[in-house]
Amino acid sequence: MNLIVAIKLVPDLVEELKINEEGNFLDLESLRLRVNEFDEHALEQAILLKERGAGRVIVIALDGEGVEDALFTAAAKGADQVIKLTGNTMPLVSNHTLARWLAPVIKSLQPSLVLTGVQAHNDLDGPLGPLLAEYLDLPYVGYVAKATMKDGEVEIRKEYPGGLAAEMEIDLPAVLGIQAAEQPPRYIAFSRIRQAMKTVQLEERQIPDPFIEEPIAIARLFQPEIGERAEIISGDVDEIAARLVDIFTDLDLL
Amino acid sequence: MKQEIFVLIEHLQGRVTDISYLMLAAARGITEKLDGNVVALLLGHNQRALANDLAADRILYFDHPDLAHFTPGAYQRVIGSLIEENKPRLALFGDTSIGVEVAGPLSARLNLPLVSYCKSLQVENNAIKFTSQICGGKLMAEGELPSPTALVTMIPGAYKAEQGRSVTPGVVVQASVPQLDKHPVRFLQYIEPETGDVDITKEALLISVGRGIQSQDNLEIIQELADALGGVVCASRPVVDQGWLPATRLVGKSGKRVKPKVYLALGISGATEHVEAITDSEVIIAVNTDPLAPIFNLAKYGATVDLLDLVPALTEAVKQATVKA
Repeated sequence: MNLIVAIKLVPDLVEELKINEEGNFLDLESLRLRVNEFDEHALEQAILLKERGAGRVIVIALDGEGVEDALFTAAAKGADQVIKLTGNTMPLVSNHTLARWLAPVIKSLQPSLVLTGVQAHNDLDGPLGPLLAEYLDLPYVGYVAKATMKDGEVEIRKEYPGGLAAEMEIDLPAVLGIQAAEQPPRYIAFSRIRQAMKTVQLEERQIPDPFIEEPIAIARLFQPEIGERAEIISGDVDEIAARLVDIFTDLDLL
Repeated sequence: MKQEIFVLIEHLQGRVTDISYLMLAAARGITEKLDGNVVALLLGHNQRALANDLAADRILYFDHPDLAHFTPGAYQRVIGSLIEENKPRLALFGDTSIGVEVAGPLSARLNLPLVSYCKSLQVENNAIKFTSQICGGKLMAEGELPSPTALVTMIPGAYKAEQGRSVTPGVVVQASVPQLDKHPVRFLQYIEPETGDVDITKEALLISVGRGIQSQDNLEIIQELADALGGVVCASRPVVDQGWLPATRLVGKSGKRVKPKVYLALGISGATEHVEAITDSEVIIAVNTDPLAPIFNLAKYGATVDLLDLVPALTEAVKQATVKA
């Protein structure tokens, strides 16, 4: 069976996010990308399923800064096939566009299961998974924290608020939005990634058409107002501790 | 011609979730300025009573055995037909395990624009504007919601649940349920949350740790601080995923929603999935070495030192203050 993992490169939040001059998008020059953390969980879950005998893992990502590192890392972790989707001019596109580009390529890979992260922090037009499922004409369940393959089905654990969860079964093929893999994404030594770079064939597929659909126009992108920010307590740790004790006392905690 | 704003009411285990009331409040804010009606959509089986405190002009109640528990197929079928027939101005969904699974597929299926992570809606010059919180809370995006129909998934933070509750709820209309065919996704059973541990939703003082704790061993100094303060330790997702604290201590979208008097956030960046569960805290105090961490947008007080250095000093200071008293 083919387990397809769609991973997305998203703005790296560790870096300061700069806004462009028009004030309506990120400044693309200073933009740094990294793999969406939930997609790392999706990959981990796929590898776990493979280790339990479910089939082959194929990882696919849209071209962008760091995509080759991401795909070779996936290969080093156990992906059997890694594919870069090329032909795009923008590093960030709407999920509607990305889903439309991914769908025909994923369909050609004859998926039994498609896994992707439940969300990404830049999903202004909704997360990728549900849209991708719709364009693939497949069912979708998100917030998945456990998956077990059974005959022609996958049994999953879907998370709800407050620690509640539901067990559901889904006929294959299907798309899952992974909230958390059954174990944290595995660490892989850089030497293994370097080896993958030498031995693994990175395939390329073309996006079907370069049309970018931007259903939502951002009029203004900005950082939250400075005025709403916390009163920062300065000094060394003892001075900060003393001030906090005053605050706790004022709040009747001590 | 009245503009309708649909709100999908979410409910689990016999209770309407807070986000449902928040969305009703957001919808009311719009219909007060534009000529409109707030229409709550309630799907269930023998659950009409859940409509009793919904602040809406009209409540459409769909009853069917296949709607007894949330499944994406049945919900998409009911809401999809309703939207196609009625073409509301907006349809609001929770940015949750339920709402996203209806709004996302319907956006693609019906070719309707979708805005996510929406915190608030405003009317400006007869247009409806959204304000969404993206990039882990570091950025806000504003824009106009396209006409004639837009779908929105909402996060907490701008409205209070009380604003969406009413002692005189709207008229409840039992609506006819379309044909619900067999669907590839089937509900089997619930898995109840673990019990037997302290209930953090009832605690007045929470000491919460995030990625900044770095290792399980460091939890020891956190527990010492909690003991000195008489508080309870809890955590954000990365700590629980590692297995360093049990799921009963998870604060966040998939965990518990808390309302303490004081929430001490140590080494927590303030990602949306976490902070949406702490917006009811009276006072948030945050410690994070990143001065740009979004948690500082929500906190009343903050410090940009390493929690591993601060916590022992704080525990000591608290112990001394307690001795004096």
